[in-house]
Amino acid sequence: MDFQLTDEQRALKDGTRELLAGRFGRDRLRAAVEDPGPDRALWRELGAAGFFALRLPEKGGGVGLGLPEAVLVLEEAGRALLPGPLVACQLLAGVVDGVATGEKTVGLCEGAREPVLWEHPAGCDELILVEGGEEGGGEVEGDEEEGARERTGGAYRSASDRVSCAPFASVDPLTPLARVLDLPRTDPVALDVPRLRREAALLTAAQQLGSAVRTVEMAAGHAREREQFGAPIGSFQAVKQLCAQMLVRAEMARSAVYAASITESVLDITGAKLLADEAAVRNARDCLQVHGGMGFTWEADVHLHLKRAWLRAECWGAAGEAEELLAAGLIA
Amino acid sequence: MDLTCTPEEEEFRARLRRWLGEVLPRLPAPPAATDWPGRRAYDTAWQRMLYDAGYAGLHWPRDAGGQGATPAQHLIFLEETERAGAPYVGANFVGLLHAGPTLAAEGTAEQRARWLPPILRGEEIWCQGFSEPDAGSDLAALRTRAVRDGDTYVINGAKIWTSHAEVADWCELLVRTDPAAPKHRGISWLAMPMDAPGVTVRPLRTLAGSTEFAEVFLDDVRVPAGNRVGAENDGWRVTMVTLSFERGTAFVGEVVACRRVLGALARAARANGRWDDAVLRRRLGRLHAEFTALWRLTQWNVSEAMRAPARGGQRGSGGVPGTGGSVFKLRYSHARQELYDTAAEVLGAGALDADHEWVADRLSSLSYTIAAGTSQIQQNIVAERILGLPKGR
Repeated sequence: MDFQLTDEQRALKDGTRELLAGRFGRDRLRAAVEDPGPDRALWRELGAAGFFALRLPEKGGGVGLGLPEAVLVLEEAGRALLPGPLVACQLLAGVVDGVATGEKTVGLCEGAREPVLWEHPAGCDELILVEGGEEGGGEVEGDEEEGARERTGGAYRSASDRVSCAPFASVDPLTPLARVLDLPRTDPVALDVPRLRREAALLTAAQQLGSAVRTVEMAAGHAREREQFGAPIGSFQAVKQLCAQMLVRAEMARSAVYAASITESVLDITGAKLLADEAAVRNARDCLQVHGGMGFTWEADVHLHLKRAWLRAECWGAAGEAEELLAAGLIA
Repeated sequence: MDLTCTPEEEEFRARLRRWLGEVLPRLPAPPAATDWPGRRAYDTAWQRMLYDAGYAGLHWPRDAGGQGATPAQHLIFLEETERAGAPYVGANFVGLLHAGPTLAAEGTAEQRARWLPPILRGEEIWCQGFSEPDAGSDLAALRTRAVRDGDTYVINGAKIWTSHAEVADWCELLVRTDPAAPKHRGISWLAMPMDAPGVTVRPLRTLAGSTEFAEVFLDDVRVPAGNRVGAENDGWRVTMVTLSFERGTAFVGEVVACRRVLGALARAARANGRWDDAVLRRRLGRLHAEFTALWRLTQWNVSEAMRAPARGGQRGSGGVPGTGGSVFKLRYSHARQELYDTAAEVLGAGALDADHEWVADRLSSLSYTIAAGTSQIQQNIVAERILGLPKGR
């Protein structure tokens, strides 16, 4: 057992952080708030760096890495608040042509949820809708039952201009949304839908982790600098304890997310998503609190983390659903 | 990142499992939680069995009489013994987890030879004389004085919250040897025999009804200077070594136990119909995620510790307690309380029965956010040492 990053994994994580810091710094982030469509030039650069082809075999021009590495990369994307259909492009890189290199973008939406929401409708060349294959709810009765459900669920693809949509005002300025009214189900794709759901939940959790870690740093950084009553506010116990709780949440989420990327078990992933959602949302709120009035402004980045965290918490298994599944897992 | 065990570790696990399967059925039932002499006898007998089977002081270095096991093996040991329902360290806690490792790291050859073997064989019980009535979390404010008189120290003062004091043979005692020095200096670490004249133990009754800890009064107690571990006035550093052991691995086995209790709670709720309450069910589901993550966090911290010697930082930076331990303890102590509050919901009026195992554990869980550094102190440690926030008051 060596449950720590390998040197290669650390290098990948650091390299991704540097790449994103160089290509998607604060100016670009704030520009994206005004125009949140995926930046195609940046998307191609990420593609060239192997961001999307990470898990494709080396023979096919991929990087040949695994789910733990994808988690590390998406953690960094979450940290940087990188907008775009990141999870979809990561998961469908080998399925839809051009996605692996960043030439094309693909969206992914869950047919089971109501309303059916599509992230970045204007920024996707194609949309894939997944239906059925529910792993949530119900009781897990053991491996056989789970195996049987693995085979259920369907997926359909469609060119984005053939999807019937209604406008939907997204709470997150960096993630435009549309409500899908109808998608032509004429073009099925052979996908392992339960697996896709699991991996989508895990990669979403990884981004939540990155955001949770970032907001702790933002809060601690502010608390070290900002002076009130003649002392840095970080010297006050009330502020210290707020920051410490943020770190604890982030570290719990980290252990859970990293472990789930190794075991790939449904329950581990479900628990990791639950804790990462909580860490991202609550850390963003506490970060806002530490920033005081400044944190309540549009100029501060805190609200961008909070709103994205809210959005991700609703994707691929929200808290209630996750808790029910985990409870069922206790009596399996 | 790797969660699998090496073949050696798997072999270790299999051997341990076989041994536990053989000895545990022969073990008598444990005495009542309030019967401390009985507990001492039970816990030390178990320690002797571990010693005879080659499992005593598993994670201690070999030159201290231990088995020199890796932290991963220690984790497996705690996991397997807990899973099998074997006794926990109990009254041997301070000796095995604090005093022993501290003596192994800081004691002279003579001191190690005198004190370590009896700890490992379960012959001598230690208690911890750190806290004082006016120096709880602010440990460095301690006032118990030790005045040098030839080759002995003459000690006066009082200690409190001293677990197992009633049945202990030795006490790891912190005393002030230089009252003029700044409060973190001028402290020394002594091994004090509990039967020395002038030592009075007055058991304190906890809210759980037991007398697991006590006040210890020290009136002109004479302790040989040779019982000092580390240099005179260097006791704070030695103490930090002790505390790093305390927070490092002390709760590992308990996480396994909590996961087992959680499963039992779910089954009990199903049996008595409370499972139909979605709020309760969701609470149990959340605890499932919490305790799984706490186990992963433990594996993360242990893996980090296993890498630490290679980086040359065996005892952390300057003997500072492991901050990973603080992160763990903060969440674990609250999760444990939440677990037993949830147990009370499952039990309904049954939660009023103080003899019920879960109710007794609910009561004792209240100490977890206080003992070994309160949650508030742990949060300050995390904020200052990990996040770099400025010290304050």
